[in-house]
Amino acid sequence: MYRYDEFDHQLVAERVAQFRGQVARRVSGELSEDAFKPLRLMNGVYLQLHAYMLRVAIPYGTLSSKQMKMLAHIARKYDRGYGHFTTRQNIQYNWPALDQIPDLLDELASVEMHAIQTSGNCIRNVTADQYAAAIEGEVEDPRIISEIIRQWSTFHPEFTYLPRKFKIAVTGHENDRAAIKLHDIGLVVKNNAAGDIGYEVHVGGGQGRTPFIAKKMADFVPKESLLAYLEAVMRVYNMLGRRDNSYKARIKILVHETGEAEMRRMIEEEFAKIDASKMLAVPQEEIDRISAYFAPPAFETLPAESEIFDAAQAEDADFARWVRANVVTHKQAGYGIVNISLKPIGGVPGDATDEQMDAVAELAAQYSFDEVRVTHEQNLVLPHVKLDDIKAVYDVLAAHGLATANLGLISDAIACPGLDYCNLANARSIPLAQEISERFADLDRQYEIGELKIKISGCINACGHHHVGHIGILGVDKKGTEFYQISLGGAADENAAIGQITGRAFTEETIVDAIETVVTTYTDERQDGERFIDTFNRIGMQPFKERLYAE
Amino acid sequence: MAQHAAKGARFQAVTANRLSDGEVVYLNAENGWVEDFAAAEIADGAEAADALLARAMPDDFELAVLEPYLFEVFAEGAGYKPASVRETIRAAGPTVRLDLGKQADAGA
Repeated sequence: MYRYDEFDHQLVAERVAQFRGQVARRVSGELSEDAFKPLRLMNGVYLQLHAYMLRVAIPYGTLSSKQMKMLAHIARKYDRGYGHFTTRQNIQYNWPALDQIPDLLDELASVEMHAIQTSGNCIRNVTADQYAAAIEGEVEDPRIISEIIRQWSTFHPEFTYLPRKFKIAVTGHENDRAAIKLHDIGLVVKNNAAGDIGYEVHVGGGQGRTPFIAKKMADFVPKESLLAYLEAVMRVYNMLGRRDNSYKARIKILVHETGEAEMRRMIEEEFAKIDASKMLAVPQEEIDRISAYFAPPAFETLPAESEIFDAAQAEDADFARWVRANVVTHKQAGYGIVNISLKPIGGVPGDATDEQMDAVAELAAQYSFDEVRVTHEQNLVLPHVKLDDIKAVYDVLAAHGLATANLGLISDAIACPGLDYCNLANARSIPLAQEISERFADLDRQYEIGELKIKISGCINACGHHHVGHIGILGVDKKGTEFYQISLGGAADENAAIGQITGRAFTEETIVDAIETVVTTYTDERQDGERFIDTFNRIGMQPFKERLYAE
Repeated sequence: MAQHAAKGARFQAVTANRLSDGEVVYLNAENGWVEDFAAAEIADGAEAADALLARAMPDDFELAVLEPYLFEVFAEGAGYKPASVRETIRAAGPTVRLDLGKQADAGA
């Protein structure tokens, strides 16, 4: 894992001290709320419905066990004993007091963590594939370039006051688990014909009020030129992006209004200048230094099969079902990738208690080379667990309510905090996720339904990714009452697609029945081997509409 | 942000979040900020509502709270209730965590 150098330490320490002074001046009345608000937002502090909310950055979703322990400690000491993992691979605390946040940030800094780049109109925390360095077929660990981007983008003076926030995601694998086409910039690490590593660059994706799939701007940007290319994209956006209307300020709108070809021309013109200057060519020794932090752990040479693992599955049917749903094949023989679902039936998607975080931290230390990952689907991953050890890991997870066997199934929904917490929300999202998971609680039924991604947002800002849910649900407010709109056919992977709205919205009382109608329409219509998304893509919207709105 | 007050609302109250910890608070009859919605001053009619909001924002209000605003309530029995789901949730706490927020204190 990346470790801070002296500059990183100094940067974060100075930032906390600065924020401590800003909080003191706000409390004493020297700073108005208008003056203070942008400052607190630059430090991850929002005001939500019931309290302040602090969003802590987890760069590319990777945590050490020491860091996870600190997140647990903060939940205990400064919050109400839990945290919420988000679709940006970050964690949010829902109840910190403003005057305690500087102390909280000091404690975070002691484990090389902070809340920088988690809000405001800057380049946000970079996200990446949660299976980095563990999955077979990866071109390169996406966290290497993610860390280089983090260092380039942190406090970048030219890009501190962008028209709007800016999000970058990276995958090192052709199977996209980082939703890169729904980001302002999405990068795919790839090889060219000569075997050199470079990046396919997608620009202008995003959700919110006006969703767009990103356009492929470049097929292959060589590794040494990537920062120059990114700087060119940012510069064009910073100059031309709209500042008069926050709904039209994201780069997706600029790409859409300018047109893909003209946008590409402007980026390439800027890129040629920056690239020729070599100002942003990362020195090879720096690339090597950062790459070394992500060197593969010291895997043992093991047989591909584990008798212990196989015997445990034969003996324990619950374990076998959990393995089937949550354990993914590792690139290293004798290891597995263990997914920890934060979607217990009837639970709050993405929430984890301090005890659960401690338990995961200890498992990571003992069984997974000290690493934990956070996924954009609001789950956790132990990336490198020996097959021999997986049953022991499972037993500990089960004892802490963390062994739900539902990865990628209908009860593994993304949900934003919604109107239970969020100041922007129009409707609640969490209760819907809970009711849907309870309705489909029977695991055999979930397996029978197969892969089905439900994503729920409590407002059009789409933090719950509803546009790209196989089934998306959007909460809307009609005169103070909640209604829910369904969309179908969205996808966040390498075949990214924006879902289509079925028609008029459903009430809180009828929405779960409507979801069940969608599911049974699919199971009635599907052909052998089809997932929900395959059936939808084959038969289209009409059969679903007919069943949903039948008189 | 969702609309707080419907045009033509008869009864309204003023709410804000406390500066120190973000707690939801309401303006009471003594121009103080209180945690309990039941203790909120209720304005009857648009003029009274404007006057109530003005009382919530003396020169130094930002030393105590953030962003005071009016929201609609309706009379029920001897008291009042917030009209929107949003304000009902602010007055009680998250509906998915009944052990947290004002509702937890009330049940203790």
